Amino acid sequence: MLLRLAPWVLTGVLVLPLGAGLAMVMLPAFGYLPALGGETFHLGAWRALWERPGLSRSVLLSFSTGLTTTFISLVCVVLFLAAVRGSWLDRALHRMVSPLLAIPHAAVAFGLAFLIAPSGLLVRWASPGLTGWERPPDLLIVQDPWGLSLMAGLILKEVPFLLLMSLAVLPQLAPEQRVNMARSLGYHPTIGWLKSVFPVLYPLIRLPIYAVIAYATSVVDMAIILGPTLPPTLSVSILQWFNDPNLDRRFMASAGALLQLGVTLAALATWWLGEQIVKRLGQHWLVNGSRRRGAFAVAFSGRFLLGLTTLTALAAMVGLAIFSLAGFWRFPDALPVTMTFNHWQRVLPSATTPLVNTLVVGVTATLIAAVLVIACLENEARHQLTPKRAMWLLYLPLLVPQVAFLFGLVVAAESLGIRPQRSLVVAGHLLFVVPYLYLSLSEAYRRLDPRWAQLAHSLGASRWHTFWRIRLPLLLAPLLTACAVSLAVSIGQYLPTLLLGGGRVATITTEAVAMASGGNRRLIGVLALLQALLPFIGFALALLLPRLIWAKRAAMRGAA
Amino acid sequence: MPNNRDSLGITMALTMLAIAFPAAADPVPSNWESVLEEAEGQTVYWNAWAGEERINAYIEWTARQVDERYGIELVHVKLGDTSEAVSRVLAEKQAGNDDAGSVDMIWINGENFAAMKANDLLFGPWADSLPNYPLTDPDNTPAVRYDWTIPVDGLESPWSSSQVVFYYDTALIEEHPNNMNELLAWVEQNPSEFTYPQVPNFLGNAFITQALLELVDDTSIFYEPMQADDFDEATAPLWMFLDELHPHLWRSGRAFPSNSADLRSLMGDSEISIALSFSTTEASGAIANFELPDTVRSYVHDSGMIGNMSFMAIPYNAEHKAAAMVVANYLLSPEAQAEKQDPEVWGSNTVLAMETLSSEQRALFDDIDLGIATLPPSELGEVLGQPHPSWVDAIAEKWQERYVNH
Repeated sequence: MLLRLAPWVLTGVLVLPLGAGLAMVMLPAFGYLPALGGETFHLGAWRALWERPGLSRSVLLSFSTGLTTTFISLVCVVLFLAAVRGSWLDRALHRMVSPLLAIPHAAVAFGLAFLIAPSGLLVRWASPGLTGWERPPDLLIVQDPWGLSLMAGLILKEVPFLLLMSLAVLPQLAPEQRVNMARSLGYHPTIGWLKSVFPVLYPLIRLPIYAVIAYATSVVDMAIILGPTLPPTLSVSILQWFNDPNLDRRFMASAGALLQLGVTLAALATWWLGEQIVKRLGQHWLVNGSRRRGAFAVAFSGRFLLGLTTLTALAAMVGLAIFSLAGFWRFPDALPVTMTFNHWQRVLPSATTPLVNTLVVGVTATLIAAVLVIACLENEARHQLTPKRAMWLLYLPLLVPQVAFLFGLVVAAESLGIRPQRSLVVAGHLLFVVPYLYLSLSEAYRRLDPRWAQLAHSLGASRWHTFWRIRLPLLLAPLLTACAVSLAVSIGQYLPTLLLGGGRVATITTEAVAMASGGNRRLIGVLALLQALLPFIGFALALLLPRLIWAKRAAMRGAA
Repeated sequence: MPNNRDSLGITMALTMLAIAFPAAADPVPSNWESVLEEAEGQTVYWNAWAGEERINAYIEWTARQVDERYGIELVHVKLGDTSEAVSRVLAEKQAGNDDAGSVDMIWINGENFAAMKANDLLFGPWADSLPNYPLTDPDNTPAVRYDWTIPVDGLESPWSSSQVVFYYDTALIEEHPNNMNELLAWVEQNPSEFTYPQVPNFLGNAFITQALLELVDDTSIFYEPMQADDFDEATAPLWMFLDELHPHLWRSGRAFPSNSADLRSLMGDSEISIALSFSTTEASGAIANFELPDTVRSYVHDSGMIGNMSFMAIPYNAEHKAAAMVVANYLLSPEAQAEKQDPEVWGSNTVLAMETLSSEQRALFDDIDLGIATLPPSELGEVLGQPHPSWVDAIAEKWQERYVNH
């Protein structure tokens, strides 16, 4: 009975804040915000927005960045998965997934910027010996006008995400059986995987892919560090307008936030169209009987691309780690002349409370979200319901720019007389944690073979018994993965923590972002490594626990 | 009848009381004893930009002092951008929370002050009632009374004075330029070795404002609110200058660093040889942090550099106004100001007027060693005032129009 309420509770928990958040984006966009003297509705904000220099370029940048990044990331992951045969290299690359996922986006961006900049790590290692450069060359690499370095940074983060999502759902598709069947028909295993596993895998990772599109079209922190500046991406422009001391710009910023929502939706629609086209064109290829053509190229490029992204991300982190210990580091020295623990000593003493806050908020939000989402999915499974259309509402928090959306949340909480406090921060995090947990878990849950439960019932097990003894254990790997993703999402939240907590809940991320605004690369290095610590533990547990618990049941260990 | 008259009297007395003590009884700044009394035991949430470890450490030091002296708990709410605190206050106002706001005190600059004042988001007047306020010699120091030409009206209390300075690496260049035209000539000879933060970043704005003030003969027009008709003629020299400058900048002006921190990193990476900062002690501090080589030195242009003060403001709905005032007053004390000026601690210039201090108080400042890359106050030259915000806003807009790719 309680379960039937779950979808209602889930939507209820999200609808009020969502509504409030969205209302406070819509109203100012059309001129209404009494606190700033906007008492009437008009289109002034939109006119101001259209007249912004470089607006169309910003829009185009956001749109193309989102689609290109997602496409390349997906290609990397799919080719790699098609290529893997369980060699030591494949296993080593698998193991890199969790550390790479754990590193905050901004830290990857800082690291990558320092790696590829003309005064960066690579040039330093090659100079002056190979290049003859005593001073850095004047090349526009980072912040290039086409957004290429921004795309590179995003790919470094999205590849491990999509890989993890795929690894979590793969076991229930029994890929070995499919590939073996294909091989017995004479297919090269790589081509066999692409033709027999990928078509059933794609629907299962579709929602995470959509999340990646939404994220990449609206990303702020990476775009500030790596993205173009004249003009920046739309999301960065919006943040600048919201942060403008001239408070009247907030009307235009709100209109911009709605435009951003439109851009993201347009990118999603374009991707969907692309899906349909690929589906049409792909059908012929699937059944054309070609068994080996391209196998070597796929196998090679799969490993190469994933190896390249992994190595790049690692090198970026090595750069940050060296910086966290560096004294002054003059170009083109390959390493700093002096090393010091000074930076760590300055940060560590005050890091305990933020770390504890981060953990408490993250774990609480993840647990609540897990219970709600599982109850919802279990309800669906028991009553053989098709997913409610209203469920798309869940994804709204991922689509609307945070800075616009949160203002409405704070207004709503204040109107209800709820003072800033830790539980409000948890509630705020739920808005971003629930969608990720839902999209990471729902497909795995829905696609679980119903015959397991039917079998249990026929042996006399009650529904709850079946849930605890059959369904949950079978879904342990994807569930833990989903929780680890959610924990990382919670840990990464800056604005919700700051604004809803009224500054009373300091987390490692609020500390890190505040410190990053000062641009001291050494302290940024320290805080980025600290910030990566908690999610890293989460991802490591998500991969390790199923192996320990199912030590004797290879097929249930999830990520191979 | 007598009864009626009595009740009328009581009603009148109550009404008068109500007028004397408006809603929720905000503290009365002029009655300092009562402010101190009310402040004891309160917690002040001080919203302050936290991108600099040394500033954070100084705020922690202040927290210990006000706890010991006044029994006030001071919490530093660490911000990446001051506007985040403004957002919070705005949201509370929108929701009708007019007396229990969560932001007690904001470290604020001129632009944010102008906006908050214009939108009635500030409490006050209170700052001119602080016991330590006279130490700033307000009658003879316009910078204390006008923030970016906007009258302060007691709505914020001065904290730090700052001035734009250039810094350069003596290991890379021998002689630094002394004015904007020399800078242009230098950049033409040393292409890609100079840049400035992207407008509308406040340091980027400061650079183009400085250029405008240097390139125009009569600058008085910029200290009045802007008349749209005057704009093109008054600012023409600036655009000519920037059009000539940009092709020779770092990355040929196709990209700009986003803020002063980015600019400093470029200097640390030897990508550029001259940079600028809104803090006279930036170079010394960065050397101490290993961010810049110890060959970096500061300099100023002959005609003086733009300067201003940063202030403490209390939002109109702050919950702990009394304690916030006590903290602001402590921050103005010679002891706290001298500690702040010590480059070992932070190295931010005092807002106190030395003539108003006793000889022991002055000694606190005389003993400070400024650090190798910091110019002593005597060499900082004339301080140019910030033009009226309407001008800065307009030239920043024009900059976007001219230099952002369409």
